[in-house]
Amino acid sequence: MKISYNWIKEYLDLNVKPADLAEKIERTSVEVDDVVKPSDGLKKIVVGHVLAIEAHPDSDHLHICQVDVGEDEPLQIVCGAPNIAKGQMVIVALPGSRIADNVKIKKSKMRGIPSAGMICALQEIGFSDDVVPKDYVDGIYVLPADATPGDDVYDYLGMNDSLIDLDVTPNRGDMLSLNGTLRDLAAIYDQPVTLDQPEVKETGAAIADQLAIHANADLAPQYRMRLVKQVKIAPSPMWLQIRLWNADYRPINNVVDITNYIMLKYGQPLHAFDYDKFAGQDVYVRNAKAGEKLTTLDEGEHDLDEHDIVIADDQAPIALAGVMGGLTTSITDETTTVAIEAAVFEHDHIRKAAQRHNLHTDASQRFERGVNRAGVQDALDAAAELMTNLADGAVQAGTVIGSDNVPKPTVIPLSLAHVNAVLGTDLELAKVVHILESLGFTVTTAGEDMTVTVPIRRNDIHIPADLLEEIARIYGYDDLPTTLPTGRMTMGTLTSAQKLMRSTRHSLEGLGLNQAISYALTTTDKAKMFMMQPSEETKLAWPMSVDHAVLRMNVITGLLDDIAYNTARKVKDVALYEQGRVFYREAGNDRPSEEEHIAGAVTGTLMPAGWNQPAQDVDFYQVKGIVAAYLKDMAINGDVTYEANADIPEMHPGRTADILVHGHRIGFMGQVHPTIAKKFKIGATYVFELNLQAIIDMPKQENQYDVISRYPAITRDIAMLVPDEISNDQIVALIEKRGGAFLQSVKLFDVYDGVKVPKGKKSLAYTLTYQDKHETLVDDAVTQAFEKVEKRLQDDLGAEIR
Amino acid sequence: MSLKDKLDELHQRGLAEIKKSTDLKDVNQVRVSLLGKKGPITEVLRGMRDLDAEERPKVGAFANEIRDDLTAALTKRREELENAVLNARLANEKIDVTLPGTPVAKGEPHVIQQIIDQIEDLFLGMGYQVLSGPEVEEDKYNFEMMNLPKNHPARDMQDTFYITKEILMRTQTSPMQARTLETHDFSQGPLKMISPGVVYRRDTDDPTHSHQFHQVEGLVIDKHITMADLKGTLQVLAHELFGDKFDVRLRPSYFPFTEPSVEADITCFNCGGKGCKVCKNTGWIEVLGAGMVHPNVLKMAGVDPDVYGGFAFGVGPDRFAMLKYGVDDIRNFYLNDVRFLTQFTKKG
Repeated sequence: MKISYNWIKEYLDLNVKPADLAEKIERTSVEVDDVVKPSDGLKKIVVGHVLAIEAHPDSDHLHICQVDVGEDEPLQIVCGAPNIAKGQMVIVALPGSRIADNVKIKKSKMRGIPSAGMICALQEIGFSDDVVPKDYVDGIYVLPADATPGDDVYDYLGMNDSLIDLDVTPNRGDMLSLNGTLRDLAAIYDQPVTLDQPEVKETGAAIADQLAIHANADLAPQYRMRLVKQVKIAPSPMWLQIRLWNADYRPINNVVDITNYIMLKYGQPLHAFDYDKFAGQDVYVRNAKAGEKLTTLDEGEHDLDEHDIVIADDQAPIALAGVMGGLTTSITDETTTVAIEAAVFEHDHIRKAAQRHNLHTDASQRFERGVNRAGVQDALDAAAELMTNLADGAVQAGTVIGSDNVPKPTVIPLSLAHVNAVLGTDLELAKVVHILESLGFTVTTAGEDMTVTVPIRRNDIHIPADLLEEIARIYGYDDLPTTLPTGRMTMGTLTSAQKLMRSTRHSLEGLGLNQAISYALTTTDKAKMFMMQPSEETKLAWPMSVDHAVLRMNVITGLLDDIAYNTARKVKDVALYEQGRVFYREAGNDRPSEEEHIAGAVTGTLMPAGWNQPAQDVDFYQVKGIVAAYLKDMAINGDVTYEANADIPEMHPGRTADILVHGHRIGFMGQVHPTIAKKFKIGATYVFELNLQAIIDMPKQENQYDVISRYPAITRDIAMLVPDEISNDQIVALIEKRGGAFLQSVKLFDVYDGVKVPKGKKSLAYTLTYQDKHETLVDDAVTQAFEKVEKRLQDDLGAEIR
Repeated sequence: MSLKDKLDELHQRGLAEIKKSTDLKDVNQVRVSLLGKKGPITEVLRGMRDLDAEERPKVGAFANEIRDDLTAALTKRREELENAVLNARLANEKIDVTLPGTPVAKGEPHVIQQIIDQIEDLFLGMGYQVLSGPEVEEDKYNFEMMNLPKNHPARDMQDTFYITKEILMRTQTSPMQARTLETHDFSQGPLKMISPGVVYRRDTDDPTHSHQFHQVEGLVIDKHITMADLKGTLQVLAHELFGDKFDVRLRPSYFPFTEPSVEADITCFNCGGKGCKVCKNTGWIEVLGAGMVHPNVLKMAGVDPDVYGGFAFGVGPDRFAMLKYGVDDIRNFYLNDVRFLTQFTKKG
């Protein structure tokens, strides 16, 4: 809501600049989005008097005008506006002036005729289309006849005011008005403020004979109407139009403008009905009936249902309560009798109605936040008073009251000790009482105990904590001390799971992978690729897009999306890992369980090419090296094994392995199936995904010291031909099993299946290292053990020792 | 010629030969020819038996002196020649030290992870626990127990991805307040925790909005926690993340789960508080929301608000990263362009 600096100054004696006032409001009350002075950036824009006008000889719509701008000679200005006329006072941008959007106006010629400046529409000096009075939307603006040629136009149009745009939080509905803002400022600046008291002159007959209201007080705790007759519809005076357009409202006519003006001033939404259009003299506030329809002021047609609150006459709904009036009873130029409605509707209903009909109006916004139930009559009276003053209306005697439900004021006990204990301050009782009283609260004290009575208008204050906020903000957050919590000691440590997750990240980064954070919401297709266990998918009820509609059940696809993004941008070498959750859901459960996973994806080369090292495309074994090194870092207690798995549909059937710890599957790794890679528009990519939660939960090895043997080790190499189907794992397992007590390690150093190897066979070569911790090994002992292994390899695996 | 003269002459001749030698082979030959068993010095010494018993030790000592001197000269010459050979080899081995080093594979933590880790470490040092909660939450924890009943208008402030009527993607890390309060045993000490994690909002992704982003929730509940403590804690956080010259100011705000509620601004990093485009000429940038935990939140979680109270805050690592590094598009954090990820590598 935009609030006028000048309007505020009419009530408070403030010696501060608008920007400083705005900052004060922001730091003490509500957020300020902006402070704007409409005349800022404009230059040399003055009142002009159109002395003469003739048609342009070479144009069917341009006019040549002689305009008095307060100088010795009139200016000749060519104007294309359809509503230009002799005698008008108009807005003239002089040669050398600046209009909206920093546009400079120079002397020019228009179709051969010299033109010294420009006659302006309001939009051309910065007004929004939405606030320009309808008569002037498509033409120039005409100033009041008493304007003085040559004067700057800004004051005539209220453009030297500063407008402070408040971003009112949902709890501070009271700040959506001048009066509410004034009350807060009075406390902030510790100044008394006197608000206007309406004085209605009732000149007509008793309203009770002309109008009856039947209101459901549950729907409308307050519902009142006044009746004003013999109203003369006309444009509002300038001061009122200025107030409205400076608050982003379009001036329409005196009656409608008054209702908007009173809402701005009091925060009370009003509605003006054309009384003569009512069917009958009875007005009902009730739930709509199924099948009822209403055309609102904006000509929108609405199907109503029993959740809607409507205002109805004897025949049909005439307004969607608290949201918008109906078209049939709206104020027109012919209206002579106005029924002014001032009411408070139940906020929840209004909120839902505004949502249901997609009609968020200034009235509904205020009702949603709560309108002062004790201020309804004042606002109604103020509107009636203005209708007498500005539209010659005759206010009928009395107010019809359909419902009058004012809640009891909230009374809150508050102790000084509590205030200081929560705020960390050392405030004295008098100070606290003064702050509360300056906000309009009533305080009685007994010792250091206070009893605070809250005015009805502050519907956000219910409990002591609410009062603490009022005290803190008016006292000033800057003046609060700055301390840290004290009290009993607490330990700040990461849990072992958290430590392992950090170690996981550090380990994989050390192994060359960059951490990625991808989207957990993805497409149905991607969500269920690369799954490690069966699961139902978990879908959003109302996704924003199909790209982010389903919760992921794997981490890999997010990384493949990332690789695709990089690939599309010509970044070819990508090595990523991601630690995050997957979401598995059992049929029948609404809520999925969440499992921590760790995944990696590498495409291109892992080790960048250098001048002394060629690029080497990533392969299975490089990624296996990463996985193995990572698992070694995590020190899981148990053998890690890799078993070929040809059955994961998204993976290359010949280049994929399950990863097992102690025979228990914790994940898989390998090459993404080429058809999947093609779908993602990426090249050959190797991936792994592990159940991180399983790794967290598994028992771990402790570091331990092992004496380094002082005795020399003896190595023996063995090369053999074995059938293709014999795996390295089988050979190593056999060697380790049969290697004897002194075998320390078995290391593969060559694999060959080239031309010199018979078909169906491959050649493998290993180095076996023997060592005794306690004495020097004798060659004979090693030879004996070695021969035993050789024999076993031949017998058990059909190896041909070379 | 006396033996002594002979020895003198041998000495001089030997030194001259050593000096003349040009490679290790020469040096060796000279050594053999001078000091070998058939060499002249041995021969001279053999003639000693003809001398007086009185002369013999003197000449013997003199001979030993000469032999030692020649041996030393030989060693020295050998070292000189060896050094020359080594130097020649080293000169040959010269490389261009300005050629680039061999690349190594090296990964980096995500910039948001770095900020979360930094926040975690700061609060661990102040005795906080780090807790993580579910990303798929119940309406009850995400909203209701945070003092946002079903029809609360403030729910409109947060657009929510619902899965069912009661199950949703958490819109904030605040549900961890309720979950922790429900289970914390205050007889064991105060509750001091932070809870980092991913949150989701029903937003269209654009440079300043992401349907997925991060939050770190903080919560301290004890018997005597004050708003001044909150102010001090937020100041420590701002100093840790941005530097000591950054000030914190609090402004009133509204969150249903805190009362009083504040928003915290820090000195604009761009202009240092003078006022610029980034801070809309205010000199301040909004960085987080905080407040004193609403008594209803405590009550609903079974904690007596008459005895216990404290503060809560919620910070956005994404926003922090955007501010700190001037990242102009939040989507960068989730698209994982390697050229983006590898920019945040300064660790020193």
